Amino acid sequence: MKQLVASLMCALLFALVLPLSAVAQSGPLRIEITEGVVEPLPYAVPDFVAESADAQQLAQQIARVVADDLTGTGLFREVPREAHISQITSFGSPVQFADWKAINAQALVTGAVSQEGGRVVVKFRVWDVFAGTELGQGMQFAGTPDGWRRMAHKVADQVYSRITGESGYFDSRVVFVSESGPKDQRAKRLAVMDYDGANVQYLTGSSALVLAPRFSEDGQRVLYTSYETGMPRVHVLEVGTVQSRILQGQDGVMSFAPRFAPNGQTVVYSLTQGSNTDIWAMDIGSGGVRQLTSAPSIETAPSYSPDGSQIVFESDRSGTQQLYVMSAAGGEARRISFGQGRYSTPVWSPRGDMIAFTKQNAGRFHIGVMRTDGSEERLLTASFLDEGPTWSPNGRVIMFARETQGAQGSSSLYTVDISGRNLKRVRTPEGASDPSWGPLQ
Amino acid sequence: MRTTAKLFMLMAVLAVSACTNANRFDNAPVDLNAATGNAGGIVPGSASDPSSPAYFQQTVGDRVLFAVDQSTLSPQARATLDGQVQWLLTNSDYNAVIEGHADEQGTRAYNLALGARRANSVMEYLVGQGVPSSRLRFVSYGKERPIEICSEEACYAKNRRAVTIISAGLSS
Repeated sequence: MKQLVASLMCALLFALVLPLSAVAQSGPLRIEITEGVVEPLPYAVPDFVAESADAQQLAQQIARVVADDLTGTGLFREVPREAHISQITSFGSPVQFADWKAINAQALVTGAVSQEGGRVVVKFRVWDVFAGTELGQGMQFAGTPDGWRRMAHKVADQVYSRITGESGYFDSRVVFVSESGPKDQRAKRLAVMDYDGANVQYLTGSSALVLAPRFSEDGQRVLYTSYETGMPRVHVLEVGTVQSRILQGQDGVMSFAPRFAPNGQTVVYSLTQGSNTDIWAMDIGSGGVRQLTSAPSIETAPSYSPDGSQIVFESDRSGTQQLYVMSAAGGEARRISFGQGRYSTPVWSPRGDMIAFTKQNAGRFHIGVMRTDGSEERLLTASFLDEGPTWSPNGRVIMFARETQGAQGSSSLYTVDISGRNLKRVRTPEGASDPSWGPLQ
Repeated sequence: MRTTAKLFMLMAVLAVSACTNANRFDNAPVDLNAATGNAGGIVPGSASDPSSPAYFQQTVGDRVLFAVDQSTLSPQARATLDGQVQWLLTNSDYNAVIEGHADEQGTRAYNLALGARRANSVMEYLVGQGVPSSRLRFVSYGKERPIEICSEEACYAKNRRAVTIISAGLSS
């Protein structure tokens, strides 16, 4: 039917671009998400067309995940299927724009699914209903049946990207700590899931306490802290093989709060010797270490700028926890947080322009963002205990952990826009904390 | 250490003064058939035996508490630690691990470092009073191991602690 002009490979899937329109063009349909969107854009996603008999169920499921992704951003509002006038029965047929205009669907996503043996092919197109044109080019993704959610996320990422002009974040994974049991007997194990909480896979058992996993930039490795040896120590785990090893096993010292440098070769972490906690860097390949801070105070929670040149971290050298930025080589640090309260767990945004943090003030916890010089601080959340932000791959959404108060308290993951809108809980099978959002796959 | 604590309790109930085995808590045989009684006697390994870890825990006092975000030792804490020093010097075949803890009002990494400060304060005090540092080590659990689970100061005060856990035959 359509000729193929390009392909891109990834682990499970490959995408094929179909030249359905001569040139990819962005029509007038556009969401600018810089200031947050007050009025979501109405769109329609009818069930995808099943082009083979056994694709019926997948065709419906994929359309639903696409809709969940788009509506979940808070930027889009789905026009319910009950309101649809036209039915899409063939992927190739002309779209009856008048029928979609009548229900005020400004964007329309149509798609088709075929399944043959172990191979599923998903095609889709995005339409600018009021302009009566196609937005961008049709594409198709192919994969195995059990990878259907990823194909749906890839479609949604394309739709998001074409309408907002920014890259998406749906085909991404989050590594986190899965929690069970009461506060005084809490069991913790590492787990990884899709960004929306689906496909949870456990990476460790719960026999040893584990804390704060962090993805590498490529999502292939995870750094975390484990008490497996009785002392908290930085470990590294290969996601593919689920094999882990101790990275920092120096006798008699604690190591924790690790994070990868963007190059994937260097790891920064905290090391406690005696009463003093400082930040160190280690080259994973050689095992060579370097001390980056040298102060009698607590220096912890280091996070690299995306270009790898700087590190933001927290220190109580002024008397309370505050945020500081230093060169990735260590040395002089400049304080960037000056507001009321205590600042901790800074994380540099993937765009490089902002730093997310936890703030503790007047008995409440907040997740906030500020510019890298500390200006334009904005608090996005408030609760009994919010902690540990992590950025979506496109830098538009922050995930964090919220612990509820009291003896029955438990921890869950939430997401919020950097505008402070669209606060949502991420469904996980058990309690969850310490999220780290991986790259767009 | 919970298992160990339970074992002590079991021994306190079951063991009798006639028990001749001088082993301490590790691998100590428990004679289920031994007659009970002799309530006023000293039960080896039990809390009434001054050389037992159970005695250390319950009578000497195995923990000291800290103010919010602090790791300095109060006069009361020093008094408790003086007792620990005496016990450790008397019972020189035991080692100890000092566990530092924080309450839940703080972020995870900072609380790990804060717990280390607290445990280290205790360790430095014990060493300063003559306990060989080779017999001591410390670990921080941050806010991960509260013993009280309410979200009020009454619970937080008990969670901001450093606990000296007696162990035998550590070959560190």
